[in-house]
Amino acid sequence: MSRINEEQVRYVANLARLSFNDEEIKTFTTQLDDIIGFAEQLNELDTEGIEPTTHVLDMYNVMREDVVEPSLPREEALKNAPLQEDGQVKVPLIMEAD
Amino acid sequence: MSNFETVIGLEVHVELKTKTKAFCGCANQFGAEPNTNTCPICLGHPGVLPILNHEAVDYAIKAALALNCEISRETKFDRKNYFYPDNPKAYQISQFDQPIGRNGYIEIELDGEKKRIGVHRLHLEEDAGKLNHLEDGSGSLVDFNRVGTPLIEIVSEADMRDPHEAYLYLEKLKAIMQYIDVSDVKMEEGSLRCDANISIRPFGQTTFGTKTELKNLNSFTFVEKGLAYEEKRQEKVLLSGGEVVQETRRYNDATKATTVMRGKEGSEDYRYFPEPDIIKLKIDQEWIDRIEAEIPELPDSRQKRYVEEFGLPEYDAMVLTQAKTMSDFFQDAVAEGADAKLVSNWLMGDVSAYLNSKYKTIDQVPMTAKGLAKLVQLIEKGTISSKIAKKVFKDLIEKGGDPEEIVKAKGLVQISDEGALREMLAPILEANKQSMIDYKNGKDRALGFLVGQVMKQTHGKANPKMVNKIILEEIDKL
Repeated sequence: MSRINEEQVRYVANLARLSFNDEEIKTFTTQLDDIIGFAEQLNELDTEGIEPTTHVLDMYNVMREDVVEPSLPREEALKNAPLQEDGQVKVPLIMEAD
Repeated sequence: MSNFETVIGLEVHVELKTKTKAFCGCANQFGAEPNTNTCPICLGHPGVLPILNHEAVDYAIKAALALNCEISRETKFDRKNYFYPDNPKAYQISQFDQPIGRNGYIEIELDGEKKRIGVHRLHLEEDAGKLNHLEDGSGSLVDFNRVGTPLIEIVSEADMRDPHEAYLYLEKLKAIMQYIDVSDVKMEEGSLRCDANISIRPFGQTTFGTKTELKNLNSFTFVEKGLAYEEKRQEKVLLSGGEVVQETRRYNDATKATTVMRGKEGSEDYRYFPEPDIIKLKIDQEWIDRIEAEIPELPDSRQKRYVEEFGLPEYDAMVLTQAKTMSDFFQDAVAEGADAKLVSNWLMGDVSAYLNSKYKTIDQVPMTAKGLAKLVQLIEKGTISSKIAKKVFKDLIEKGGDPEEIVKAKGLVQISDEGALREMLAPILEANKQSMIDYKNGKDRALGFLVGQVMKQTHGKANPKMVNKIILEEIDKL
């Protein structure tokens, strides 16, 4: 039984802002289905009465003190931005217009 | 609203004023040059290791306690996934199912009645960057300084039934955050932001109607006005047989109306999952007790105390405790020995009028609590008249200093020496003999005129009580 269909793959691709052709969608549908199938082996275990694990490390309260550390020089911070203006990253106009 | 009941819930974001960001050591600073407070962690570079800011957690616990929340003994962080240019990691570190605080409340006062508005949850998360839209429409510029600033999101229960209740809730929330000193709570700088959910339903119906969400509300007044508009709009839609559409709307104060905002592309599906980079938190009683001990007296308690201890009217007590700076100033002035009600009158009257006209708060003017206390005492002692006090006050609030010095330097001391007053009054009364006769003949107003003449010619320095007495004596002699 197939666990993942093409529609789901298109939906997830859209959330990730990725665009695929039909052939790629087919490939990913099969691959994702395999991955889910592999992970589903976990369902064979009896986890009755076991608290969900939210982190693999059995540690608590790892925090830093509120002390300022040097930031990056601006040129360094923006180095990878293809478009810049006034010390800022320029992106296509994104506005939740009226 | 006649046939429908309004249901309002608010989501408030409060930026915490820690020195550094939530997960890295970059400065948390408003107004810095764009993109000067960033590092590989907050810019979301691969392979970095964010570490939680201890102070941010302390502040969140403090806020939760001040809002009467239960504190989660064990809590974790989660990733909220979404793509937007203000968010370089493409996810926000937030808290999904284990918020730091739950089940709290804020008490508001409505027509003398107290009402509790539930606080559903309070969680810690990080802020996004700032998008500056270019006017020519060629694009938007992104400033990442704000990315990673610690925020608390406070979600109310849908307990408000009127737009004004939302206003009062926000005022009280802001005051509490100010008192516990975890945020600047300045809406104009974005350190307090509010989204409002509103729906209406026929009275008696127990299920909620379809809600709309209002965004871009940049003042408490706009929250109230936007909600009031939306309440009427939804009623019109329902009465005309239509259905309210669940959507996000923006309030525009120029048109006094709300309009639909185009939604973000794609549906909202944040696919939360536990944040693997941040270690879980265990908050024990000792930690809670330590934070609890740091919480100062909150506005509700001060308000009550001002009535009981200083005999202030409820209204005065409420107004004075709205802002911590004002409340502190009041207490300091009273501690200097000034009469509480007189100090309250000055603070709510002339002082507030001045502050409002200058868009300032009490801590931003040179006048000290000691200065105002002295001014009040000078009036009480009769050293200056209340009219002269207004002149002294102007100097005091603008330049600060000692009111006694101002009075001396300006020669404003009230003349209460009877001999001196009689001497000053003689020529004035002589010149206005007709008014004295008029008064004797029953024209009461003539006395006010005479006193006015004296005050005018003595530049308000004559003691009005004594002036009254002398004039009446002189009239009797006629």
